[in-house]
Amino acid sequence: MSAATESTYTPATATGRITNFVDQRVGGSGILREFGRKVFPDHWSFMFGEVALYTFVILLLSGTFLTFFFDPSMAESTYNGSYVPLKGVDMSVAMNSTLNISFDVRGGLFMRQVHHWSALLFTASIAVHMLRVFFTGAFRKPRELNWVVGGVLLILSLADGFTGYSLPDDLLSGNGLRIIQGVISSIPVIGTYISFFLFGGEFPGTAIIGRLYVLHILLVPAMILLMIAIHLFMVVVHKHTQYPGPGRNDRNVVGYPLGPVYAAKAGGFFFIIFGVIALMAAFFTINPIWNYGPYDPSPISAGTQPDWYIGWVDGALRLMPGWLLGIPLEWNIPLPWGVNTLSLNVLLPALVPAGIVFTVLFAYPWIERWVTKDDREHHVLDRPRNAPTRTAIGMAGFTFYCVLWAAASSDLIATHFHVSLNDVIYWLRALFFIGPIIAFTVTKRIALALQRKDREIALHGRETGRIVRLPHGEYQEVHAQLDDYKRYKLVGYESPEPSDGVPNGNGVVTKQERRRAMISRLFFEDRVAPATPAELEAAHAHAPVHEQIEEPERLKEVSH
Amino acid sequence: MGDHSDGIPAGSDAVAKAGLHDVEKFQDPGLPPHRLRLADTDPWAAKRAERQVAILFGISVVGTLLFFFGYFFIRLDDTIGTLRIQNMLLGLGTAFAMLGIGTGIVHWARALMPDHEVSEERHELRSEADRVAAEKIVGDIIEETGIKRRPLIRNTLLGAVALAPFPAIVMFRDLGPLPADALRHTMWDKGTRLVRDPTGTPIRASDVTLGSAFHVIPDGLNNLHEGKLEEKAKAVVLLMRLDPSLLNPSKGREDWSYNGIVAYSKICTHVGCPVALYEQQTHHLLCPCHQSTFDLTQECKVIFGPAKRPLPQLPIAVDSEGYLVAQSDFHEPVGPSFWERG
Ligand code: HEM
Ligand code: FES
Repeated sequence: MSAATESTYTPATATGRITNFVDQRVGGSGILREFGRKVFPDHWSFMFGEVALYTFVILLLSGTFLTFFFDPSMAESTYNGSYVPLKGVDMSVAMNSTLNISFDVRGGLFMRQVHHWSALLFTASIAVHMLRVFFTGAFRKPRELNWVVGGVLLILSLADGFTGYSLPDDLLSGNGLRIIQGVISSIPVIGTYISFFLFGGEFPGTAIIGRLYVLHILLVPAMILLMIAIHLFMVVVHKHTQYPGPGRNDRNVVGYPLGPVYAAKAGGFFFIIFGVIALMAAFFTINPIWNYGPYDPSPISAGTQPDWYIGWVDGALRLMPGWLLGIPLEWNIPLPWGVNTLSLNVLLPALVPAGIVFTVLFAYPWIERWVTKDDREHHVLDRPRNAPTRTAIGMAGFTFYCVLWAAASSDLIATHFHVSLNDVIYWLRALFFIGPIIAFTVTKRIALALQRKDREIALHGRETGRIVRLPHGEYQEVHAQLDDYKRYKLVGYESPEPSDGVPNGNGVVTKQERRRAMISRLFFEDRVAPATPAELEAAHAHAPVHEQIEEPERLKEVSH
Repeated sequence: MGDHSDGIPAGSDAVAKAGLHDVEKFQDPGLPPHRLRLADTDPWAAKRAERQVAILFGISVVGTLLFFFGYFFIRLDDTIGTLRIQNMLLGLGTAFAMLGIGTGIVHWARALMPDHEVSEERHELRSEADRVAAEKIVGDIIEETGIKRRPLIRNTLLGAVALAPFPAIVMFRDLGPLPADALRHTMWDKGTRLVRDPTGTPIRASDVTLGSAFHVIPDGLNNLHEGKLEEKAKAVVLLMRLDPSLLNPSKGREDWSYNGIVAYSKICTHVGCPVALYEQQTHHLLCPCHQSTFDLTQECKVIFGPAKRPLPQLPIAVDSEGYLVAQSDFHEPVGPSFWERG
């Protein structure tokens, strides 16, 4: 930074004068120097994190608009707005004001739909972003902590989605709350108390909407903002990862400079996301609460779906039987002070699947580190096929999620495909256990097959579909050889071998170390080693017909 | 920092390390040569791209105007149709306004801004010397406090800090009342009439024909001013009439029905949704939330799904005017299980 003595630098432009003014008072030129041309690698799959960020901004904008008109009171009122079918109906002030936003505030319905669609896109983009990070191994050292921050963001986004969903106090959201209340009641010892404190008495009470409102617009968004700040700060500290390819390694970062290209593309992308959400809000109705009516404990509409990110927990509730082979899953336990009730049929599905998913999710970077004993920094990503076991684990988890999500629509599946509802549940119960195993096996095989195909192409080139006749009469297909850049993309990866148990200081291989070696075998036993130059040479000696690929095509591939 | 052309070749980190040390491997050929775009060489193409970007920004302006048109010139009447049109125009207007700007900028960046990929060195995150220094500083600080040498201070501090947050938890006590026995009682009582939900008109036994079903609330619920929804959430009942020979009442429940008319709590014993679907043919009640299925001919025993307990039955009788009334409250708590239920 410039010295504290008389400045000798005289700016020539207006920009320069402003910069000079600011820098001499609060500093900042250093930041610009650091960031103005910072290099960001580019790839389409890096887009999901951006979508999450932008949809959150849109949520803040549309949500703030809604707060100006929404009234989170559960006091009784009579609807008197312009939606005729509900005129004169008793409902809470919350529902009443949401109807008013929809029908009597111009653009209010539009804002509600923008808000709800962005909420769905926000949670979805976070989930897909996490999958991207997982499948490419971007969570490895030094980015483990940022993976954890991402996991917290996922949970916070689900929490904000659910609290928001409950605000309008319509029939659907009220039934959602009823289910939550039932689940809370099943918590041993303190469940009833939590329920009474949360709802301010018996369900539904008159307190819950106001309380959820504070969580939804203040506490949770503030925590999301804080986490996003930490998340992005770490991204800058670590610099972005990059996909493998010629010229890219763990010591450099290849991409576009922040200004102008990267910033322009990213900034433009915000407007595109906003535009797409506006289109959805224009044409696709979401959460038409006027069709559901106000909450009432008696009626219910069958075949309704919770938002996608909550559905899997509801699906778990559906899959769990109340009786298993004649054995009840709820017990009355006689204790010295009286009889208490333990409802495992509610407690287990509410806690266990989500517990498994989030435990594995948070622990995975350390699990893999422990298995591979890999303490190096990784800035070059793995192509998913080049880490077959990790990819298989990810797909197993994804399948687990999808089975639960499908279970939340068991009734729709049954009516749509004209099968018995009970059979759908039986099948899904079986899939709950074997689905992830099948997904694991199949994915691993596919990944290994793709690796073998890569090897084949690296060594023998691509099939061109052109057949030529050789001098001695044989017909052969012409294989186009890859150029060095393209080939490097296919061979530039590592394929670790299983590591045996390493003896400790006393020369014994501990039980834990033996277990690690076993898992290491599971991870790396089946492997496809990258092709080597020697193999390439050997391959060339055997295949007489190939040609160098033409210049332009090769360049297209590397400059995307 | 460097240009693409000096992309360092043979950076072998991206290539095999673990386990493959002994195998010969391909060398990194470095960054591929840069390819010029049409607009980089042809001024006419550049001019055309410039015009395209301007047109996209122009589309954005049209979009904003469309929004204003929708906002000011669509008159909302009492039909939902005009609202739909307005919503569509506002949405389309916003979409064009945003997409115009967004695609314009992205096109500008792609076609006209420099598209040289550059390579930058990564620096080691933190140096070892820093870590050593940090460890020493922390050590010194702890040493200077003397906390290790003075366990009395340490232990009392730990105790104080452990206890101090509890008031913050206790303060939440007034969020709601204690449960007491609120969950064990409903509005039903001896002689309370069964009335239709939501109109509140009483039901004569003779109104309930074979195979019919009624959604029922206790008489007086509609007149409640406070706690109406809370009472309703416990008291709603389904009333059905079956052939009396199909009912198999257990001991003590023989007189809970009247001429094949039975009344069961409508609140699912799973997690509390209303069990709203009655399959007349099979005499099953189905909860739409998680598909718990209850068999009316077995006193609403669970025959499928995640619920465990049967729906509680409301004992009913007929009063002197022929209207259906409750004999008493439910004999057990309705709705989802809870720890103290027993
Ligand atoms: C950050 C993530 C957020 C998510 C996932 C989210 C989600 C939701 C959802 C799903 C609804 C129900 C909407 C409907 O039924 O149409 C909702 C309602 C609402 N949200 Fe959010 N929201 C978020 C942030 C915010 C923020 C930051 C604010 C305000 C500062 C806000 C204010 C509101 C209001 C006032 C309502 C209720 C009114 C209505 O539905 O018309 N939200 N939110
Ligand atoms: S609430 Fe009835 S089945 Fe879950």
